[in-house]
This record gives sequence, C-alpha cells and structure tokens, in this order.
Amino acid sequence: MKYLKEFRDGKKAKHIAEEIRQVTTQKWSIMEVCGGQTHSIIRNGIDQILPDDIELIHGPGCPVCVTPLHLIDKALAIASRDDVIFCSFGDMLRVPGSKQDLFSVRATGGDVRIVYSPLDALQLARKNPDKEIVFFGIGFETTAPANAMAIHLAHKQKISNFSVLVSHVLVPPAIEAIMSSPQNRVQAFLAAGHVCSVMGYWQYHPLSQKYRIPIVITGFEPLDILEGIRRAVIQLESGKAEVKNAYQRVVTEDGNQSAQKILEEIFDVTDRTWRGIGMIPRSGWKLREKYRKYDAEIRFSVQDIEACESELCKSGEVLQGIIKPVDCPAFGKKCTPRTPLGATMVSGEGACAAYYNYGRFNTVEEKE
Amino acid sequence: MNDSPDFDGLKCPIPLRDYPRITLGHGGGGQLSSELVEHLFLPAFHNPYLENLGDSAVLPIAGKRLAFSTDSFVVRPLFFPGGSIGDLAVNGTVNDLAMSGAKPLYLSAGFIIEEGFEIQQLVAICNQMSQAAKKAGISIVTGDTKVIEKGHGDGCFINTSGIGIIPDGINIGPANARPDDVILISGTIADHGMAIMSVREGLEFETTIESDSAALNSLVEYMLKVNTDIHVLRDPTRGGVASSLNEIATSSKVGIVLQELSIPVTPSVQSACEFLGMDPLHVANEGKLIAIVSSETAELLLEMMKKHPLGKDSAIIGTVTSDHSGRVVEKTAIGASRVVTPQIGEQLPRIC
Repeated sequence: MKYLKEFRDGKKAKHIAEEIRQVTTQKWSIMEVCGGQTHSIIRNGIDQILPDDIELIHGPGCPVCVTPLHLIDKALAIASRDDVIFCSFGDMLRVPGSKQDLFSVRATGGDVRIVYSPLDALQLARKNPDKEIVFFGIGFETTAPANAMAIHLAHKQKISNFSVLVSHVLVPPAIEAIMSSPQNRVQAFLAAGHVCSVMGYWQYHPLSQKYRIPIVITGFEPLDILEGIRRAVIQLESGKAEVKNAYQRVVTEDGNQSAQKILEEIFDVTDRTWRGIGMIPRSGWKLREKYRKYDAEIRFSVQDIEACESELCKSGEVLQGIIKPVDCPAFGKKCTPRTPLGATMVSGEGACAAYYNYGRFNTVEEKE
Repeated sequence: MNDSPDFDGLKCPIPLRDYPRITLGHGGGGQLSSELVEHLFLPAFHNPYLENLGDSAVLPIAGKRLAFSTDSFVVRPLFFPGGSIGDLAVNGTVNDLAMSGAKPLYLSAGFIIEEGFEIQQLVAICNQMSQAAKKAGISIVTGDTKVIEKGHGDGCFINTSGIGIIPDGINIGPANARPDDVILISGTIADHGMAIMSVREGLEFETTIESDSAALNSLVEYMLKVNTDIHVLRDPTRGGVASSLNEIATSSKVGIVLQELSIPVTPSVQSACEFLGMDPLHVANEGKLIAIVSSETAELLLEMMKKHPLGKDSAIIGTVTSDHSGRVVEKTAIGASRVVTPQIGEQLPRIC
C-alpha cells in the first residue's frame, strides 16, 4: 500500500493549518459528512491544530450508526435461526438492537460470522448448500457496489441459498435533509471522498446551488481533511458556493461507471428510516423487483418487526450535528462503547465512539 | 427473565450483569477481560500473590523467589504464517515468566483434543513445541491429555503452566513505573495479530506478514546483564501495546505519553491495519516486550537491545509522567494528541 505516511506529514499539516488561520476572519461551521473523516479528525487531533473559529460538525455518514433499530432486530431474528449462517461486517456485531446484539446471538448458539466482503458470504453459500447464508448489506454508496455484485453473481450462478438484508442509504438526500432542517448550523460540507469515488460528484452541483453552500470532496488522511477545510474556508470567506474536488487522486466528476451500472441494475431508490434521524424520502436503495427473491426480509418474513429507540440516546441530534457527543447526558456514563445505548457509540466511525475512544471528555487533559 | 448469576458477596458485580453470558470479548484481553478479573476472579480467589496482577505470580519459596504462570492457547487456525499453536504454547508461558525477570525452567502441557483430530497434526504440533522448548532452554516435564466428543471443541487446545526462578536483586512489576521513566519496545508491533487475521476464514488477504512468536527469555537475561534496574517488563499479547500500557499506567498510578512516529510498525502490517480499520496498538504480539527503565539508563539499554537478534528493531516509544494518572496519551504525527484507550472486546474489522 502506498501513501501511508505522505498524507500524515506533520510539517505540511501545520503549514495548511496556518494557511487556514490566515484566511479565517470569522466563525465558520463545517460538517464532515463521513464517519471515516470524523474518526480521522479525532484520531489525529486535526481539530486541535485548526483556528478556534473553525468548528467541525460531525455528520451522519456512519453506516453502522444510521442503520435503523428495527433492521437490527430483523437481523437478530434471522441470525437466531438454526438454518442460517449470518454474515456481517465486523462493527455491526456490537450494535445494540432492542434487547441484544449479534454477539449475544452468537453466544447463545447463532452462527454469526464476520466477513470483509459480501463476496466472501457468497463463497460460504457455495460451500454450505444445506444452510441459508444471509449477508447484512448495509452502508452508503461505498459498500453498495460489492453487495450489488454479490447479488448479480448469485443470480447468474443460480445460488439459491444466499440472500441479503438490505439497508443502503444515500448521501445527497441526507445533505438535503440537514440543509432544510430549521435547526441547521452547517455552512459548508466536506463530502465523503469514497462515496464520490463511486458516484462522482455531479449530484452535488444542484445542492450547492440550491442552498448556496460550498461542498468540497474530501479524503480521509490528515492532509486531505485539512486541504478540504482550507478550500471550504476560502469559499466561505469570499462568499462563493461551489463544488470543489480536493480528493483528485481518487475521485472524478463522473465516478466509477461500471459500479454505477451494476447499482442501477440491482437497486431501486426507496424511502429509508435513518436511525436517530427518522424517515428521509428517497434516501436509500432496495432490491429491484427482479431480485426480490434475494431479499432476506421477505425470505424470512421479518418485514413486520418494529422497534422503539432508547429515550436516553441522543444520537439523532449528534448525527445531525445539533449537539456534540459530550453534550449528551448519557455520554461516558450510561453510554460507553462497552454498554452502548446507540450505534454512534459502537462503530469506529461513530462520533460518540471516536470522542470516547480518543478521550474527548469535557474534562480531558491536553498535556505535553 | 432471571438468568443473572448470583454474584452476592463478590465486589461490585454490576458490570458483569450487563452480559448474562460470556461473549468472545471476555477473552479478548481488553476491558471485558479486565472486568472478569477484577469483579469475579480477584474477589473469588483473593490473595496477595494474585493481586499483583503481573504476567506471573511471584512466590517466596525456600529463600528463593519462584515465578509461576499459566496460559491457554486456542488459536485458530492451528498453523499460521510464522508459527503454530505449538510454539505459541511454549513461548507464551516462557514469556509470561520472563516478564517478571525470572529464568524460566520447567513447563507443563495439557492437551484438550477433539475426537477425530488427525494424529499427524498432533505430531506436527508436538514437534514444534519440542523445538520451541529447546530454543528457549526449558523442559516440558509433566502433562495431561483429554479427548472431548466431536463437535465439542475446535481441533486442539493447549494449556501450559511454567515455573522459573527470579534472580536476587531483580524487582520487576507492573506497579513499578515512575515519572520520567522511559518506555522501550523490543521491535515492530502487531505482527502476530495481523498474521492470524490474514488467514482467518472470511478475512483472508494476501500478505507476507508472519507472526513474531518467540521466547523472550534470552533477551530478558541479556537486558538484565546490562541493567538490573528494569522497572517494568510486559509482553503485549492480546489487547496489544495499548492494553498493556493502560494496565501499567493504572497499576503504577502514572500517566504515559507515546510518540506515534516512534512506534515501529512494518509497512505491510500498517497497510493491513489500515485496510481492516484496526489500530496497531490494539493488535496482539507474541515475541515483543515493553521495558520501562529510568531515563539515565534508557539509551544504553536501547543500544544493547539492538544487538540482540530479538531486539534489533527496538525503539524508545514514550515516557512516563506524573500527569494524567492512569491514562495513556499519544502525540500524533501532526503534532496533536489523543488518548489511547484499551481495546473493549474482540477486535472488529470496520465496514468501509
């Protein structure tokens, strides 16, 4: 792997931070959309080297965090079945459902396995023809192409014991929902670089124009994020509102055409409930009619499971950038990564977990 | 529903009740494991030797100090790049003994084998145990075999216990770190954990990463020749360097400051960690040690460690401070800081 160190250079980071300081004349609130960016900001302490006037608001782009509770409960119901091998990305296992998590299902005899790709789950389906293999297909536009590919292959190779519990969500409708909220404080967006590597950024021009807001396509390393912030601040200070690409080594205007083609083939746009936020119209993908037989919700008849959130958990307000994790009364007390009330405390990309794991308590010492 | 176990009489049982059943995280070497120790094992078995919580118990016997330690090995797969359950079972217990400064002498080996397990594999495991024992200069002097019904185990589990003698004048323990001490590591971190990860079903990825499995007693003996005043030694196995340093910070009631750029990680391990979304500080090692010594002696010790084959990539990675007691803070590459927390349960590869 290349570029492990190049984009973490301390001197260059300070240089960009200084440039930001020089152009900043007033307070600005910038939202990084993606949880991966939130993680990197807190992990590396990027916010600590920015001028005080720049506030970073952590966005809803953590796929684990926004997967609705009722879907987790559906996953738990399916995973508990004797005839099922339930496959999931690792960080979904500790997300609490209404009563338990996938780890607990595994401890009581459920066959729950961590895989890194839906294609590995498909391989398990080939190896275990007497079992039903279910993949927990969550995530944004980033993870969707691999899920689409798995369904495409299952269909082509007539693998009938494979299905997917689908809960894909989309970034542009979430940006629209945040901007049209009366509580909105966001003045510029750092768009999620990896989502854009798949989808391109042509979808963002109308949003930027409609809400008069700068949107900068941004990567995940410290220098990427600092450069994204720099370009956002320059626009804010000069009253501009354009879409800029600060992640050119990965992202093009049109994105990955082959990925978009297979997404179009497999998925159809649908309304989705976002955990902590609520229903956002046309904000997700579901399987097209032609592929509904691979829909685990239908196969295992769990469509009707409903669930209610913990009243203590304020992850919805965190995900919309209305409050910081430390402003939640349960943060670090009733709610810790070990006893999470909401998914934002579980996922490595969740803002609450990032704050907790890297010691961002209100009382944290900043000492040499 | 009332399937909570009865913890009455044991200290502060609350955290255990959050999990009415054991999950994999309880064995992960992170916070859940610590809670089992703190809230169940310590109150149940309490005595001054146990309460030290070192890698081995230190027992005064016949005018000598005996180090005594036990460890169980359930690694899957049984054979992995750079090692096997066999050499791990020997090296793991030898290292636990060596971390108290002891000269390891004798080991026991208990096998729990699943019905149907191939004899040929057992032969291979025993050969590797034998070679590892020879290399470490110890003898396996007693043992036990149990066979369990097919489906009730996963091939082969091994428990080893060991004893060793701590030379006079050596006082090494997790509570001995002092402000201004210097923290050394004997080489690159996270090799073992990532080697295992690379061959786990469902996560396989192509890499040349090999486990660092090694007996560290020769390195410790060599270090003690240079410097008898080593304050703390620890082999950061499950839970990685982060968990070990957090334990030391708590036991010694000190703070620890790490320098991110000084921590040795090979590029291939770093890549694999980035790829899976893991922090190398949380990943297991099986042939590395952390040493904490006074600042006056650190440079010389480092120089000498680099001359030993098991310490050639040694580095100074941080310092001990009287600030932020019980907490580990890392200075990041871009000059900011973050708190390094112990791992919570099992390591989870992230989604994207």
